[in-house]
This record gives sequence, C-alpha cells and structure tokens, in this order.
Amino acid sequence: MENIPKWNPTNICSYHLQEAGATPTQELAYALSTATAILDAVQASGQIAPDRFADVVGRISFFVNAGIRFVEETCKLRAFGRMWDTLTHERYGVTNPKQRLFRYGVQVNSLGLTESQPENNVQRIVLEMLSVTLSKSARARAIQLPAWNEALGLPRPWDQQWALRMQQVLALETDLLEYGDLLDGSPVVEAKVQELIDGAHEEMARVDAHGGMVACIDNGYVKRELVQSHTRRMRNIESGALQIVGVNCYQESAESPLTAGEESGIMRVDERAERDQIASLQAFRATRDNEKVAQALQQLRSAAADGSNIMPVSIACARVGVTTGEWSEVLREVFGEYRAPTGIDIAPMEDSGSDALQGVRNRVRKTGEELGRPLRLLIGKPGLDGHSNGAEQIAVKGRDAGFEIVYEGIRLTPAQIARAAQEEGVHLIGLSVLSGSHLELVEDINKELNKIGASGIPLVIGGIIPEEDARQLQEQGLKAVFTPKDVDMNTIMNTMVTIIREANGLEPAA
Amino acid sequence: MNTTDADATAQFAAAIATGDRAAIARALNLLDDRRPQARRQAAALLTLLQLDQNTPGGHLIGITGPPGAGKSTLSAALIRVWRQRGLRVAVLAVDPSSPLSGGALLGDRLRMQTSAEDDGVFVRSLSNRGQFGGLSAEVWPMSIVMLAGFDIVLIETVGVGQREVDVARLCDTTCYVAQPGSGDSVQFLKAGILEVPHILVVNKADMGAVATRTHSELASALKRTHPDGNWQVPVLATSAASSDGVVALADALAQHYQLLQTEQRLAQRRKHYQSYWLHKRLLEEFGSFGIDRLGGEKHLLALIESQPMNLYEQYETLRWRLYNELNDIDR
Repeated sequence: MENIPKWNPTNICSYHLQEAGATPTQELAYALSTATAILDAVQASGQIAPDRFADVVGRISFFVNAGIRFVEETCKLRAFGRMWDTLTHERYGVTNPKQRLFRYGVQVNSLGLTESQPENNVQRIVLEMLSVTLSKSARARAIQLPAWNEALGLPRPWDQQWALRMQQVLALETDLLEYGDLLDGSPVVEAKVQELIDGAHEEMARVDAHGGMVACIDNGYVKRELVQSHTRRMRNIESGALQIVGVNCYQESAESPLTAGEESGIMRVDERAERDQIASLQAFRATRDNEKVAQALQQLRSAAADGSNIMPVSIACARVGVTTGEWSEVLREVFGEYRAPTGIDIAPMEDSGSDALQGVRNRVRKTGEELGRPLRLLIGKPGLDGHSNGAEQIAVKGRDAGFEIVYEGIRLTPAQIARAAQEEGVHLIGLSVLSGSHLELVEDINKELNKIGASGIPLVIGGIIPEEDARQLQEQGLKAVFTPKDVDMNTIMNTMVTIIREANGLEPAA
Repeated sequence: MNTTDADATAQFAAAIATGDRAAIARALNLLDDRRPQARRQAAALLTLLQLDQNTPGGHLIGITGPPGAGKSTLSAALIRVWRQRGLRVAVLAVDPSSPLSGGALLGDRLRMQTSAEDDGVFVRSLSNRGQFGGLSAEVWPMSIVMLAGFDIVLIETVGVGQREVDVARLCDTTCYVAQPGSGDSVQFLKAGILEVPHILVVNKADMGAVATRTHSELASALKRTHPDGNWQVPVLATSAASSDGVVALADALAQHYQLLQTEQRLAQRRKHYQSYWLHKRLLEEFGSFGIDRLGGEKHLLALIESQPMNLYEQYETLRWRLYNELNDIDR
C-alpha cells in the first residue's frame, strides 16, 4: 500500500473451480469464502492500521469462469457483484462504494470445449464471452478467450488471433458498449440472481461449519464437493441428460477442412525448442556472478526459515539472476511440499447400479478371480499439469467398477509412478497427461519401469493427445490411448479389463 | 514340490532377505493370490522365511487411530527419522473397501511424503475387503515377507473396533494416535474397548490447549502399566511442525522392541499372535462351527502354540483335517 499502491496483492481465482466441476453456486461460495479467509488473516496479522483496511479490501480482485449456460452465468456475475458489495460493507465496514466494486477478469470455460467437431467451440466461446459482457453493471474488466482447438492440442498463433478478434468484434463493431445495463429490472434475471445468492450463502455457511475455507481445503471438503459435481456432470453426459452437440448428439459431420492440413490444425512444438531453452539457461547461469547468487539464496533461506518477509530478499535474488527454479527449490526445502487431498473418496452415485456398470463390475470381479486377486489399477498423473479431472473421474469410476485404485494426486515424477506401480503390485497403469508432453513422459516412465524390473505392467494413457502422437505411443507399446472423444467411461473400463486379461494370457472376452 | 521348484523358492526367499524390491513386490502379489497353486507356493516360501523362529527380522509396529488424527503425516515423519538412523522401512497401509462393488481407493498421502528415489522405503496398500470388519487375512503373511527384508515394518490403519484389536494382536508394538479435542479415545480406553496400546500419541500438539487437555485426559484415563507387564505406557505429544516429538516416539518404539528382545519375549509373542491369526483365517473359512470341530478356540490356540511346526504348514494341516471331517459329515 505504501510502495506499490496500485498493486493487486491477490487475484482470487475461481476459474479452476468451474473447470473442476463447480456449479455457479459453488463458484460463488468458494471464491467469496477464500476472499474472507485472506482478508480475515490480513486483519488478524495487525500489519494494517484499521483506518487503512478499506484500501486493502479495495485492491482485492477476482478471476472468474463463464460457461455455456450464459443466462445463468450473467446472473452469477451480478450475484458476485452484489454479494461482494454487501460483504465488504458489513464484514469489513468499507464505506466507499468504489472500494466495494467486484473487480474481475475472466477466461471463459475450457471444460466445455470438445474434441469432436471442434469448430463448434467458436460459438461456445462467443456465447460465453457474451455472458460476462452483457450486463454493464457486472461487466468483466479483462477477458481472455481460449482457442477453438484447445481440446485437440496446443493452439497456433493464428488460433489465438482468432480468439482475440472475437472480443474486438464485440467491442468495436457491435453496439453493446453504447448502452447502460440491459438487464436491470428484469424479474427473471432478478429471481435467478437471488436464487444463486441464497444457494451461495448456504454453501458458505457449510464451509464455516467445517472450520472455514483453509480447513476445508486441507480436510478435502471442497475438493470432494468438486469431484462430486463433476462426476454428476460426466454421468449426465453419459446418459444423454446433458446434451453436448457433436459429442452425444448430432455426431455426424462432414470432413473438416480446419483439421485436414499437415499440422492437423494444432501447434507442433519444435523439438529443438527444449534444447535451445536449456542451452540459453546454462549460458545465463555461466555469465552471472554465482557467488552473489549463492549469497542471495542463503538470505532467502534464512528469511523463509525465521518467518520474516521474503519479498525484499526475493527482489535481491532477482537482481543477481537467481532463476525461478532455484528460488522455489529453496522455499521447498524450507517449507516442504504441499500434497492436496485428491477428493476422490466420495460416496458412489445413485445410478452406480446401472446395467452397463454392472456388466463391467462382473468382468472386473471375474478377471480378479481368474488372476487370484482383486484387480488393481494405478492412476498416474505425471509432469507439471494440474488438470486432474480425468484422473479423478477414472479413479472414482474404477472404484465403482470394483477395481482397487491407487491414485496419489498430481505432479508426480516418472520414478514415483513406476515405483508405486511395483510396490502396489498393480495390474495396469493408467496415465493422464494434458500438458502436451505425453511422448516424453511415457518414454521416461517406460525407462523407470525397466530400471526397476517392472516393465511387464501394461500401460494406457488418457489426455489431449493428437492422433499422430497416439499412433506413435501405441507403436512404443502403449495398449490404449483415450482422448476427450471417449466420453463413455464404462467402455474405457471394459477396454482396461480386456488389456489386463490379454497381458495375463487370458481370453480377451469373458 | 520338485527340486527345481525348491531351488527357485530358495532363491526367491534369499532375494527377499537381501531386500530386493522387485522380489518383495512379487512375493506380496503371491501372498495376495488365492489360487490353490499360489497358496502352496506361498506356504513353501513362508516356511523358508520363517525357518528360524528366534531370528526376529524387523520390528513390526502397528499405528492406529481415528480418521483425521494425522496418522499418515506422523508415519511419514517417523520414516524420515528411521531413515536418518539408517533403518529400512516397509509400510502396509490398510484402507477400507466398498461393500457395494468390492472396489477400493488405496494409497493415502503417505508415499508421496517420502522420497521416490529412496530404496529404503517400500509401501504396499491393502484394501480391507470387508473381512469381519477386521484386518484382511493377507496382512499377516505379508508382514512376514516384509519383516524378512526390512528393519521396520509399519502397519497403518484406521483403528476402530475389530481392526484395532487385530492390529494389537499382530504387531510387536502398537501405537495409538489420538485426535486432539475428541473425547472418543478417552472413552474407548476407559470402557476397555480399546486394547491398551504400548504407546499413546496425541498428534497435532501445535493445536495448543486442546491438545494439552486431550493429553492429560489420556494420561489419567490410562493404567500406565501395560498388561504385557514390565512396560510403562508413555503418552507422547507430536506435531508435524516440530520433529522433537517424533524422535521421542521413535525412541519409545525402539525401547519397547529392546525390552521384548532382552526379556526374550519376541519370538514367543509373535508365535502367540500368529496363532491368533491362524485361528482367524480358519474362522473365516469354516466359521465357528469349524473352530468347534477343532476343539474350540482356546484348545485350538494352545494346540497351535505347542507345535514346533511352521505356522503356515499347521494352517494347511488343520485346513485339510477340517475338510475331511466336514466331508465325513456329508456322507
């Protein structure tokens, strides 16, 4: 507040919550509960004079998601604005209305983007953009839009440009920005907003009852609720109760010219890029004053250990050329590494006794009997991407199908996965990779499995994997590659049982 | 068994005894395997691993406690202390299974808190598989394999009812981790529902006053002399934030093991408790009717303990005796 008064000290993110399955009510509740947890902690720390506290509240900003149900999403943002205004006024006594504004940026939903008929993602993105701009009193201050081909692979510069032009057309060609709020006074909108506010208040009360937001992250309450919501969504897509065009209805399509070319419509990463980057990092390290670097890191270590402010020493680190990796490694040494609850320990769903599932369950049980022990499946999430929806859903479904599931969360190393597979005596390893580095990670995991004498365990993978890479992976011995097109999880389970049967010399059928 | 098989089994046992991780993993898979041929192989393997009842192998430790008491975090902290002392550690983590599908979610957060590059730590999870609410029968033979290859074997499970009793009747030393602020542990102890552990721990001591109160309640609820005799049950405080309590806990565990060895009670104790497991396994297969046919629980336990024979062989013998008797009844 003294040195950089325009700094946004924290951007409360609820974007990832919707990506992980949150309903609008949950997104509202968890974002606002997080905000109060942070502000309460700042207040309790006594670092801010009471008469300056409103200035802190006024600098809090949010990063929000917006999905395809755009009327509801517009109402959600109106609800956010109203709840934040009330909360900052009543809880923190902020009198200046400007400091009670709900300031937010938005990236629209990626969860709903499809691999099938990916051109449809363009209209999805445009409608979602409309939801955060339509209502002037709840309009986003900054928007970023995903590219149409995110579910296929990495976007190219042209794809990103297309996403950028969407909002430029909206802002410059349409007349939206010439009017005041279009929705004020609509009884339909008003009723929906009130419904969301009421629901969010109820959920916030539950969070409080469970010890507040920090406790609810630590004890897994929030994560379990999100996994539950997403499981419900997946069940509805499987059953057809939730229609997704091109995925579970209107699947027929003429051939797309967008994905036909040599690149198949996505960015191909130049293999030299990694080598060049490493070389440039090494060159940088060779030219800096490494004695000063060591000193700066030592100061960082002491500051972290004795609990003092690490900002000044971090700035000192940056000035002498400490890398982000070195900086975070020191903090990791001091603080340890946080492993979040996986949230998969939810109760089985109501429809978990469906015929299709019962069929898989019988096969899992029978195969287990033939092999002498229950079937065990390791779900591994290697590398740096935190997109854990797929891994979580497979884990929950696998448990419901009768597998014994070993799943230990995100960001594991290939060595950790290989070792866990051996120690746990699993029949199959299922990897989930959405970072684009599937080829490298699979190669590394195979190497690790070989090293410890566990190369006999069959391997499958799921994630955003272009067709060409999928072929290459299967040539390297992977037994199956699942992509976002594979929405029927009973089929995935059945495929895995068949792979286990074949790997153990049993008839594939049964 | 022919000579080649016998040689292969001997090599297998030798590999386990050297701590060969792949061999240990394979042995655990074998002990989990219910097919008749696998059972025979398992019996042969266990006979070799248990040749000398006086060789203690590792220290078998049980950690139980209510959900949320922080058992995994505490176990991970203990493992770090043991590794610093150069001890190799195996863990059997027992999780509940779904009665509906038979499926289970295994592997708590313990493995991830230990180093993946460390050959001195090995974690196997086991689902409970709905066995009478107690520990699944595989825990006993699996612990024997682990004892052959590691200095310390830790069995970690949510301790309620039968499962807690099972852990207490399997391990050399049991440790109960209480949740600060929850009166349950105290109530259980007073009511005698809880088997008296060798060590009581109040975890999350950093919770301050709440933890201190639980600590003193436990200390006063407890008869400090353990029914095993000659052991004063310590009530320790640990916290994830500081390593002091964990080191004291590791010391207390080692002291109890030392006591069992000095008084030469370890082998006898193991045989006693393994008899209990053998009885449990027979009970699961043949019910109380079968146990009655063998002369009742008391008689059976005395019989098992008095035989010089390897327990697994006894198990096979008793099983066949029952099969034959039951077949006779049918006729």
